[in-house]
Amino acid sequence: MARALINAPAKAKRGDVIEIKTLISHVMETGFRPDNTGKPIPRDIITDFICKYNGEEIFRAELFPAIAANPFLTFFTVATESGTLNFEWTGDNGFSATESVNIAVE
Amino acid sequence: MNDDDRVVQRTRRRFLVETAALASAAGMGLALDAIPAPATPASMRAAIRKVVGEAPLNKGKIKIDVPALIENGNAVPLTVSCESPMTESDHVKAIHVFTEKNPQPNVIGVQLGPRAGRASVSTRIRLADTQKIIALAQMSDGSFWSDEVEVVVTLAACLEGT
Repeated sequence: MARALINAPAKAKRGDVIEIKTLISHVMETGFRPDNTGKPIPRDIITDFICKYNGEEIFRAELFPAIAANPFLTFFTVATESGTLNFEWTGDNGFSATESVNIAVE
Repeated sequence: MNDDDRVVQRTRRRFLVETAALASAAGMGLALDAIPAPATPASMRAAIRKVVGEAPLNKGKIKIDVPALIENGNAVPLTVSCESPMTESDHVKAIHVFTEKNPQPNVIGVQLGPRAGRASVSTRIRLADTQKIIALAQMSDGSFWSDEVEVVVTLAACLEGT
């Protein structure tokens, strides 16, 4: 299981625009680099990232090899109600990771 | 020096000038052949066309925030933000980022909605060369807006096995 870090406010006022930062450990091997014998190292990247707020999708990103190792993503959302933010990363070779944080909205 | 000599000299001079011109032209041709034509700006245009389709691409509204001089191309902080009220009727639907000289033109494609509140996304990208970065935003009304920046990369993201 890949290590993921989420930075989102635990509390927010209703209607506030909150910033969510995500970081996950992953090599993001581009598939363009040769190894010692000159053969290309096969691609191994995270291809998709989805964030859901109480089950409803609020942000989705399609990643390409040009994203640096340990993909870091920052985005915004409106705090509408208390609940859970779910994060899901999927990628090559069956890679899959999930993380979730709770948010209290007043 | 008689007249005949002068004629000979003139033609000789002309011959030298002409061969020099020819040689340099040939040399240029050779140099162009040796370096494969940078096909990537074309593939970047193709990748952009794939997203935009036949819709016109307007300048403005969207802004790329990236250092102009990059020491290490392996992790370049990039922020793309777009002016938009982000309401149900007027919001940014998608943001795409492309590069000109990376092995693949696509960098990231993001899908947003009115619930995003602010159309802004940050990440860290790889840059293989000094090149142009283009970001484009798709609005809820179907229009496309773009911005481009030139960046200088001193240490490129490694393509070799190091």
